[in-house]
Amino acid sequence: MSIFIGKDTTLVVQGITGRDGSFHSKQMIEYGTRVVAGVTPGKGGQTFEGTVPIFNTVADAVASSGANTSVIYVPPMYAADAIIEAADAGIQFIVAITEGVPVLDMTRVYAFVKDKGARLLGPNCPGLISPGESKVGIIPGSICAPGPVGVVSRSGTLTYEIVYQLTRAGIGQTTCVGIGGDPINGTNFIDALAAFEADPATRAVCMMGEIGGTDEQEAAQFVKDHMTKPVVGFIAGQTAPPGRRMGHAGAIISGSAGTAAEKIQAFEDAGIGVARRPIDFVDLIKARLR
Amino acid sequence: MNIHEYQAKEILRGLGAPIPPGEVATTSAEAEAIASRIGKPVVVKAQVHVGGRGKAGGVKLAKTPAEARERADAILGMQIKGLTVEKVLVTEAADIASEAYVGIILDRASKKPVFMVSPAGGIDIEEVAATTPEKILKLPIDTRYGLQPYQAMRLGFFLYDDLAKARAASKIMQQLYTAFMQSGCSLAEINPLVVTPAGELIAVDGKMVIDDNELDRRPAVAAMRDESAEEPSEVLARNASLTFIKLDGNVGCVVNGAGLAMATMDLVKYYGGDPANFLDIGGSSNPEKVVSALQIITADPNVKAILFNIFGGITRTDDVANGIVTATKKNPLKVPIVIRLTGTNEEIAMKILTENGFSASSDMDEAVKKAVALATGGKAA
Repeated sequence: MSIFIGKDTTLVVQGITGRDGSFHSKQMIEYGTRVVAGVTPGKGGQTFEGTVPIFNTVADAVASSGANTSVIYVPPMYAADAIIEAADAGIQFIVAITEGVPVLDMTRVYAFVKDKGARLLGPNCPGLISPGESKVGIIPGSICAPGPVGVVSRSGTLTYEIVYQLTRAGIGQTTCVGIGGDPINGTNFIDALAAFEADPATRAVCMMGEIGGTDEQEAAQFVKDHMTKPVVGFIAGQTAPPGRRMGHAGAIISGSAGTAAEKIQAFEDAGIGVARRPIDFVDLIKARLR
Repeated sequence: MNIHEYQAKEILRGLGAPIPPGEVATTSAEAEAIASRIGKPVVVKAQVHVGGRGKAGGVKLAKTPAEARERADAILGMQIKGLTVEKVLVTEAADIASEAYVGIILDRASKKPVFMVSPAGGIDIEEVAATTPEKILKLPIDTRYGLQPYQAMRLGFFLYDDLAKARAASKIMQQLYTAFMQSGCSLAEINPLVVTPAGELIAVDGKMVIDDNELDRRPAVAAMRDESAEEPSEVLARNASLTFIKLDGNVGCVVNGAGLAMATMDLVKYYGGDPANFLDIGGSSNPEKVVSALQIITADPNVKAILFNIFGGITRTDDVANGIVTATKKNPLKVPIVIRLTGTNEEIAMKILTENGFSASSDMDEAVKKAVALATGGKAA
């Protein structure tokens, strides 16, 4: 079992012929993801790698292939339009990998997607993978293995790091989800935690947060109030100087709001095991799976 | 990106907002000339990207042009929180009957721009929020429809009982909202919004912060960037599409991804070292970025060891390996380098590095410990 994607995921790739889109489409197909269509305006009628039909619009792709999920690799200035196009075409789960999407665009996009009843993951995220079932996005399949642990993270490469260490220690995953580091994103920690709580195959959850904002504190409250499954957490940015932006628009700390210390305290208060280093996840999760 | 007060005011003035006359000066002679043109008492205000200018002595009243010259002389070149004042705004002094706060902030929780207004203006709005939250009205705006006239009036009536003033304020709300949307802001403020003894509303101070992701499609806004107000190494990094923040330690870090970069810095500290910087080479592969990253890091004399921590996803580790080889051929390193890379195209990357005399590991803890030991001469870890 898994969350958000699984064996029945049928994927349309928006931006399938671009540098990143084509590279990662090949990797997804190789991993076993059912890539049923691609979209690149002007290249409708062609095929990708000789097997995947390309369409000019998402509506055409959905009508012809019946895709239920979309992944977006288009440049930042076109990403908002691509997400809205996918939701308008009836796609129920949209994964936006694109980094650098203007936040004001996301205010419109978020409202539109919500009105359509669809779920958006990202933007500025690595996507997600349900090991052995499906991969949508850019998380390297080789570092994952099937197993009982759910992983949710605000970061991309930090997610890989921790998944890699879990897999090396023989701990597999149900689904690894990167929610992205932007201030406005489609899926937050609580959405993923609720899905893991409801997924019968998930027995424990790893959550990787960052300085900035209050999402981790709210997630901690959710864990305390609603979760029966054990959760282990990590906060990146313990050594970050206050008031400085550290790459992710999300990673801003000013004053006391959103510091690592505050978030770690919230985790501890909610009974979440706190990993001080990425490697600590291994022992903390092992103890909770026993 | 931060823009200066005078730039924010120019944008608002262009939209018809009531901004007192004023111009920017880089010399005291210019300041005097501007004060003469205004012909009334002026305020000389330091233009730097930090809060608390007034408390630091960067905002002074001048009754005559000669006094404006003296004030500008004192303020120009002054250090405020580590930044040198290069420019002053010379602007007409306002007579104040009351002060209000008006701001728009992109809010993560409601996922909308939120108007925040308070009749208790002129002071720190965070303090008002903490002590008298009832004096603040927060109003989220759906950007698909924009600020509706009734919403602007509601904000106006929260500040003023008087219809004429509420109407004047509602017009300013629309102008601020337009400025916010047109410039791609994450924050726009008028603080204070002043009512003069004659009952007129004027925006005495303005602040705007631009979302960096907007700059590619807004060249006019991007051109407002003042590089003299920023750390030189950070300017160099941005021009190479890197995110870099200088710190005080001696382990130079090159990492892909902000989260992993922060976790790497944390781990350096955990093993007894001190990171020299935050540096994120970003998501896309490009050997040139690695070359620039090494240039920036090796320019810092504090750096005693360099640590690469690359986990390839969208970044191809072979591109990073090629970058390391190219950069070190051009400028041989004077400090030891520790390379950790794993993920996309790892085998090719390892081959490139080995063939060029580098060693690399795939274990993060091991690499960090080694870099810390090299930087501290074996004293830590």
